This record gives sequence, C-alpha cells and structure tokens, in this order.
Amino acid sequence: MSLSNMKLKVTVWRQAGPNAQGAFKDYDLDNISPEMSFLEMLDTLNEQLNDRGEEPIAFDHDCREGICGSCGVMIDGVPHGPERGTATCQLHMRKFQSGAHIKIEPFRASSFPINKDLSVDRSAFDRIIESGGYISAPTGTAPDANLIPIPKGVADVSMDAAQCIGCGACVAACPNGAAQLFTSAKIQHLNLMPQGQAERWDRTINMVDTMENFFGSCTNHGECEAACPKEISIDFIALMNRDFVKAQLKQRRLAGQVFP
Amino acid sequence: MAQATQRSTVPAIRKDRRKAPWPIEFYRSAVGKKWVMALSGVMLMGFVVSHLIGNLKLYLGRNEVNLYSEALRDMPGHLLPRTLLLWVIRVGLMGAFAVHIHAAVTLTQTNHKARATKYQSPREYLAANYASRTMRYSGVIIIAYVIFHLSDLTFGSGPHNLRGDAYNNLIYSLQRPWAAAAYVIANLALGLHLTHGAWSMFQSLGVNNPRINAFRRHFARGFAALIVVGNLSFPIMVQLHVMEPTCSANRTPKAQVAPCARAIAETASKITAGK
Repeated sequence: MSLSNMKLKVTVWRQAGPNAQGAFKDYDLDNISPEMSFLEMLDTLNEQLNDRGEEPIAFDHDCREGICGSCGVMIDGVPHGPERGTATCQLHMRKFQSGAHIKIEPFRASSFPINKDLSVDRSAFDRIIESGGYISAPTGTAPDANLIPIPKGVADVSMDAAQCIGCGACVAACPNGAAQLFTSAKIQHLNLMPQGQAERWDRTINMVDTMENFFGSCTNHGECEAACPKEISIDFIALMNRDFVKAQLKQRRLAGQVFP
Repeated sequence: MAQATQRSTVPAIRKDRRKAPWPIEFYRSAVGKKWVMALSGVMLMGFVVSHLIGNLKLYLGRNEVNLYSEALRDMPGHLLPRTLLLWVIRVGLMGAFAVHIHAAVTLTQTNHKARATKYQSPREYLAANYASRTMRYSGVIIIAYVIFHLSDLTFGSGPHNLRGDAYNNLIYSLQRPWAAAAYVIANLALGLHLTHGAWSMFQSLGVNNPRINAFRRHFARGFAALIVVGNLSFPIMVQLHVMEPTCSANRTPKAQVAPCARAIAETASKITAGK
C-alpha cells in the first residue's frame, strides 16, 4: 500500500484581512497520505504555496490533539468536517476519497470576524467567560479530595459539560449563530457542582446576558450538538434556560441588594 | 494591564439599553423571549386541542354542534354575563398569539444580525429537520389561515352564513373545494409547526429530565398527528358528501337557506323556552 496516494481538489476561502474582500480559490493536491490529519494536509498545501512564492493559508491550530479548541473550519458545510465528535486536527484524510473535492470555509458569525483566510477572532467567547466571574486569591495547597462529597452521577454530568474546548463549532453550526451550547456548558459544569452554588444565579444571568450581546438565539435545531467535537448534549441548554428563569426569581428576592 | 489593552473588541450585535423593570428586562433577553414563546405556545396548543374536541361534535350532528357553540357563548351558565368568559378566553388567546409572533419576529431579526454574512458554500445540516427549519413559513401560513377562518366563520363572510348555525356554516364553507384545500394546507402547516414546537417548548422551558427526554419527541409527533388527522377528517368528510348541510332534502345550497333559518329560529326558541 502506498502511503502517498490521494489526489485532492480543495477550495479554500482566501481573505487578506478582516475588511478585505474574500473569495474561494481552488488548489490541486496530490501525494496526500491518508494517514495525514486535515491540518497536515493544509500544511502540505502551504509548503507548496511557499515554494511557489504565494501567500500561505492562515488557519488556527495549537495542540493538534483535539483538546485546545484552537482549530476549526467548515469542511464541506460542516464544522470540523464529516466525522462526528472530532475536531479538525483529529480528522484524518482517510475519511475522504481520493479525487474528492473539499470545500473549506471559515466559521461565520457576526461576532466571529475573520482575521485572515480561515482564522477567525473568537474573543467574544472570552467576554462570556469573563462575565462568569473569577477569583485571584492565593488558594494554598489543594483541598482534600473528599472534603466536599459529590455524587458520582453529578460529577459525571458536570465533567461532560466541562469537556467543552470552546472551539466555536456550535456557533458555526447554528443556523441562528447562537452560542447557547458553549455558554450552557460553561455555566452548567459549575452550576451542577456543590462548589458552584454560591454564585450560581449571578453567573447564569451575567453569562447569558453577555452571550446575548454577541450571538443569536436558540431555536432548538440541535445542529450544535451534532457538530460539537466533544459531543456536548443540548440537555445543558435546557438546564441553562431553567437556571436563567429561576435566577430571575432569585434576583427578585434579593432586589434590595441587586438594585442598590 | 498589557492584556487589557490587547483585548480585541468585537462589537456587540445589540444596542445598550437602559435597565427596565424586571418583566420587561426578562422579555428583552432572548432566553426570556423563548420562555414566553413556549408558554404562549402551550396556551395555543390547549386551544387547538379543545377546538378539535369541539369539532368532533360534527360527527354527532347539527343539533349537538349548535348546542355546543351556544354553550360556549353561555359559559359558565348564569354565573357570569353571557359571552363574558368567552371574551376573556378570546382576549387571552389573542394576547398569546400576539406575543408568540412578536417574539418570533424579533428573535429572527436578532438571528439574522448574528450572522450578517451567510456561508458562501452550501451548508450540510446534520440535525436540523424540515419542520425546525420551516417554522417561520409554517407560522405565516397558520396566521394567514386563522385570519381567513375567522372572517369566514366567526365574522360570517362565508357562504349562506347564518349566525348560530355553526354546523351548516362550516359545511357550506368546506363545500367550496378551494376552502377545503386551504383548510388541508393550513392544518398540514400546523402539524409541521407542532412537530418541532411541541418538542422545542420543553427545551425552552428547561423541562429536561432523563426520565422524560425520550418521551418529548414522541409527544410532539403524537400531538401533531392527533391534530392533523382529527382536523383533516372534516374537509374530507364534507368533500365526500358524508357530511351534508342538514334540514333540507334539496342539495343546492341556495334552496337550503330559508328552511335552515326556520329551523334555527325553532331551536333558538326551544333553548329560550327550556330555560
């Protein structure tokens, strides 16, 4: 078996800068190994572009092992490509047929402006995370493992939500450009735990409010769940909706403190 | 501090507004709007079911239907002025309808703002189904039909419409093939709308529990099927001449109006006499 045996035609979105006019450009590739990852295929293409003196394609990537959330492009109209539960860096070329024509486009949302080519600015996610609150106190040594008992089921569900790597595929997949899956995962992995109860209601209100500054609204298509490389469930969106409504009532009870 | 100066500034897609009192602030948020949409949707679903149950009286004949429609106006007997409770329900339903539509329109505008530049290559949808992606179109068909339906039967612009004779009014209306076709199309749109909506409402309200999650989709499909099958039976029965205008041997509608009017007057006097 030859390892370098795939011929491909890739159509890539090229855009020189945030405000430049972009367009699709076709590239022909041969000698692509089926063992390559999708990003390695793009690396190969970039080397060829470099050799020809052309501008290489800009794309985001970092760990290349599916845990950092840096990579992510639309591959044939699906965020992270055809393989379910897989980030772009973990998608291998053996999932494609030789001779395939692959269309690559950046994630699109008004709050994900394109930096260049396939690289988008996902800092709106950082605004959501920031609004959830943080502490900067020295915490000393790690607490005893079983100081706060947590039922196994609760810990499991919380860890399911905590798997979110913040890649933005949910926003890219959503026909409404909504960030509900990301925000709900980030809210719920804390709201489900005993340690997260103290700021549960403020966190929910603040993070939802910030999310709505940047993103659309959920109409329960379920596209985000299907596109998520970590297969995070839309159940968390329902839990977030429930906490948001509950938080409204809590705020009312604390009216004197909330509206000074 | 370096971090603070380097932070990129993606502009917000919504305007900053002065803080409003709590219920308005809640409705301004998209999650709150979806919650209101789900609740108004539940109200409208309740109406659709009771409307179907009332319609099924058509199979019991003209007298039962007309007594039922009279009873609706007379709810709850002598406890309240005539038609008062009916109007309270009507205003409530109109409110639910208005807020459902307002939330849908404003959320759609937000969603368009959230992706100002569309994808330039074709999208491949993995989970979104036909029903969920056509909610706004099925919704518009339903609004258009409700307006026609109200003017046709409630305001009485339909053929040979006679106040108080709901049974014959409906059958005369559905005897027109185009009206029967509109009825069928509107109910199919309603079924499609409910297939997604009756599931979606659970998510929007936060009703999510492993014990019922599998049941939610079945509920939505079953509910939609019940409404569609029940409602579609009426135009079909009328078009197949299984249901005919009552109180005349003559089938031509024009000839029926006079005898029917007499029959209604008789029924009305019987009702008053009975009291």
